[in-house]
Amino acid sequence: MKKIIKFVITDILRNRTMMVYTLFLLASSFSVFSLEDSNSKGLLSLLNIILIVVPLVSIVFSSIYVYNSAEFIELLVSQPLKRKSIWLSIFGGLAASLSIAFFIGAGIPVLIYQANMIGLTMILVGIMLSIIFVAIAMLAAVKTSDKAKGIGAVIMLWLYFSLLFDGLVLFLLFQFADYPIEKPMIGISALNPIDLSRIMILLQLDISAMMGYTGAIFKDFFGTYTGISFSIIVLLLWIVLPVWYSTHKFNTKDL
Amino acid sequence: MIIASNITKQFGKLKALDNVSTTCNEGECIALIGPNGCGKTTLIKSILGMVVPDSGVITFRGKDIKNQWEYRDEIGYMPQIGRYPDNMTIGQVLDMIKNIRNKKTALDEDLIESFSLHNILDKRMKTLSGGTRQKVSAALAFLFNPAVLILDEPTAGLDPMASEILKEKIIKEKGKLILITSHILSELDDVVTRIIYMQDGILLFNKSIEDLKQDTGEVKLAKAIAQVMKI
Repeated sequence: MKKIIKFVITDILRNRTMMVYTLFLLASSFSVFSLEDSNSKGLLSLLNIILIVVPLVSIVFSSIYVYNSAEFIELLVSQPLKRKSIWLSIFGGLAASLSIAFFIGAGIPVLIYQANMIGLTMILVGIMLSIIFVAIAMLAAVKTSDKAKGIGAVIMLWLYFSLLFDGLVLFLLFQFADYPIEKPMIGISALNPIDLSRIMILLQLDISAMMGYTGAIFKDFFGTYTGISFSIIVLLLWIVLPVWYSTHKFNTKDL
Repeated sequence: MIIASNITKQFGKLKALDNVSTTCNEGECIALIGPNGCGKTTLIKSILGMVVPDSGVITFRGKDIKNQWEYRDEIGYMPQIGRYPDNMTIGQVLDMIKNIRNKKTALDEDLIESFSLHNILDKRMKTLSGGTRQKVSAALAFLFNPAVLILDEPTAGLDPMASEILKEKIIKEKGKLILITSHILSELDDVVTRIIYMQDGILLFNKSIEDLKQDTGEVKLAKAIAQVMKI
């Protein structure tokens, strides 16, 4: 298993896309921190960039990588190797290299300018998001064997998580504006890892006061230790469930 | 050694394997023949665990192969179309597989030498011609001295010289269980001990070569098969 992970990581790190991604994150983090007058404002702008770019790159890159390694996977399956360890090694390799790229690109600048609790949460959230979207991409790739369809599905998923979901939430908010739906909103936010990450960081930035009553309810819940552990557990579930399901699917896939 | 019983596999509407049962024993050299799309490759892939049959059981040395992987240590497989990671060189592919197999015993590098692959170890897989890829596949299949050799269209795409080298190598490995699929019957003449003929996913007949020649009164394998097909 270790051998395959090592191979996957060296293969990805040689990839030019990964270099461009890291450099892009580096450039945007440094420019954001040097443009804004206060560091916490810089962090906020960086948050918005990260929440869009990290899921997109993770999900698209991983699905393309899995499709392009079809030959490699086929070769490995005919060797005396467990299918489960082949699949998990590829997941491990992708997750590790995307996390490394995120850490170098955004983690180091954040540590330089904002080495406090908020900065660390942000690094944690970014790494979690990278891994979550690798897991989702691999699930999509194992479900559809057609490359074009698979990549299309993956882009739709990203669009759903980063735009459509917020639209649906707003729609619900307006439709049920007369009812006390602030508490159910906490549950709904768990359905989208990107939203959950955003809430986790915004609430630490002390700007929840601007978010009205919902903000106060969110602060009451997500501001506590229970709330933070709830979010981390939900984010972990977003990794574990897709990985478990895709491994199960891969075990019975015809190659 | 390998027993397949009542294997059925359906791809959408197409029944690739329909209730196929067969037994392969040590020391046999079995030719799997039949028209395109008759399920030969699917049968081979089922044995390798690359395709999961809808129903039926395959055992290897008495053990069900479902969800097993250790048994593949004893199999050398040469696919019909060898597909390798584009960016790896021949040397890297060989090293990686050696690394995965982690065999302590001596490696059989005959084919690497006779195909002179050691001269082009630093060539990338994507630059190779179809024939050279086949040579790599063949070298990999024989490299670990496996007890079972599964060769899917071994000579397709090879030039006559290389094809002859491979054939000689197969004859040398007599005593192992060898499974070959091929369209070109004349190639198999002096190697094969048993013939399995498949059509539309159904195993039509399964006979030793002596029986077949006796039944049809033909000496040449190709003619004997043609004789059988007429009936």
